[in-house]
Parts: sequence; structure tokens; C-alpha cells
Amino acid sequence: MEIARVIGTTISTIKDEKVRGSKLLIVRQTNATGEIVGKSYVAVDLVDAGVGDLVLTGQGSSARQTYQTKDCPVDAVVMAVIDHLEVDGEVVFRKT
Amino acid sequence: MRIAKVIGTTISTIKDEKLTGRKLLIVRPTDETGEVYGQPYVAVDTLDAGVGDLVLTAHGSGGRQTYLTRNSPVDAVIMAVIDHMEVSGKVVWRKGSI
Repeated sequence: MEIARVIGTTISTIKDEKVRGSKLLIVRQTNATGEIVGKSYVAVDLVDAGVGDLVLTGQGSSARQTYQTKDCPVDAVVMAVIDHLEVDGEVVFRKT
Repeated sequence: MRIAKVIGTTISTIKDEKLTGRKLLIVRPTDETGEVYGQPYVAVDTLDAGVGDLVLTAHGSGGRQTYLTRNSPVDAVIMAVIDHMEVSGKVVWRKGSI
């Protein structure tokens, strides 16, 4: 999984019928302290995450191991919202 | 999924029989504001997207989960055409405005 920050949403009317009703969030990978490091990509939201949240994303075929995304043309999902991150025993990020 | 902009089409007569009739669009990845970067790649179009559209592409085995690409030699598919994108509550891109 990757740690990522939700930065926005995409809205589309024309989409594959299997992803109708799925919320598609724009996220960017972060480092272990929550700072953005990577390019943006889009993931299906399974946990009602919001803009600003730090989340975990699953990618590749693991993204289709949920009831909502099974057999769907999807390669990334948001499967957890992070409350806090600890590195070397110190809390380096806490959800506000 | 990657955000990508459709920049063209590929036409080929000689191709795997499972690709017959499939539209193969050339796309380039974009950031969350629609600015292109990086190298183009080709994705099967299942939604009748057009040049200039911003789309979402699913990759790897995810590209074979549509009815049109199931069991096909395909590793990227267009599975959504983007109407607009919001970042931090602001609309940063809207179809037809650029």
C-alpha cells in the first residue's frame, strides 16, 4: 500500500457501467510524515475519505479484492483513512 | 487510475483478432489540473472518448475488466471521461473550457 493525501475529486458522467456510483478521488503519494512526494493519480474511495485526509491506497489487482470493485476496471482504491502515523516511536502525523 | 489527455488515435490493420474493432487512442498523462507530462501510451477506448478529452485509464489486469477488453491482449483501458476536476474545493478543470 501507499500512503497518499486526498487532494481532490473527479466527476464524470460517461464511465464504465461497473464504476457507476463509485467516488473517484485524486490523490498524491506522500512520505512517512505526510508530505507530498509523487504525481497525482485517481483511486476509488471505499471509506468515504475527504479532501485533506491521509489515506492508504491499494494498487493493481489487489484493488479489485473488495465487494465494490470486484471485476471492475479499477487499479487503485482508497482502503483506509489514517488517524496517525508513528515513525521510530514518535507520532509524525495526526489527523486534525 | 491515471488522469490522461487524449491526443490522437492509432490505426492498424494487422492486429490480434481480439482487438478487431477496438479503438486505440493515444493518451498522455496529466496532473490534477490537466497539464500533460511524460510519454504517451495507448489505451483501448470503450466510451467513445475524443481527442482533447481528459479521461481516466486503468492499467494492468484492471485494463481487462471491461466487457470489451475481457481476455484481450490489453493493459490499459479508458474507463471514464472526466467532466470536471475539483482540487481543494475549487474546480481546476472543466470539459470544454480548455
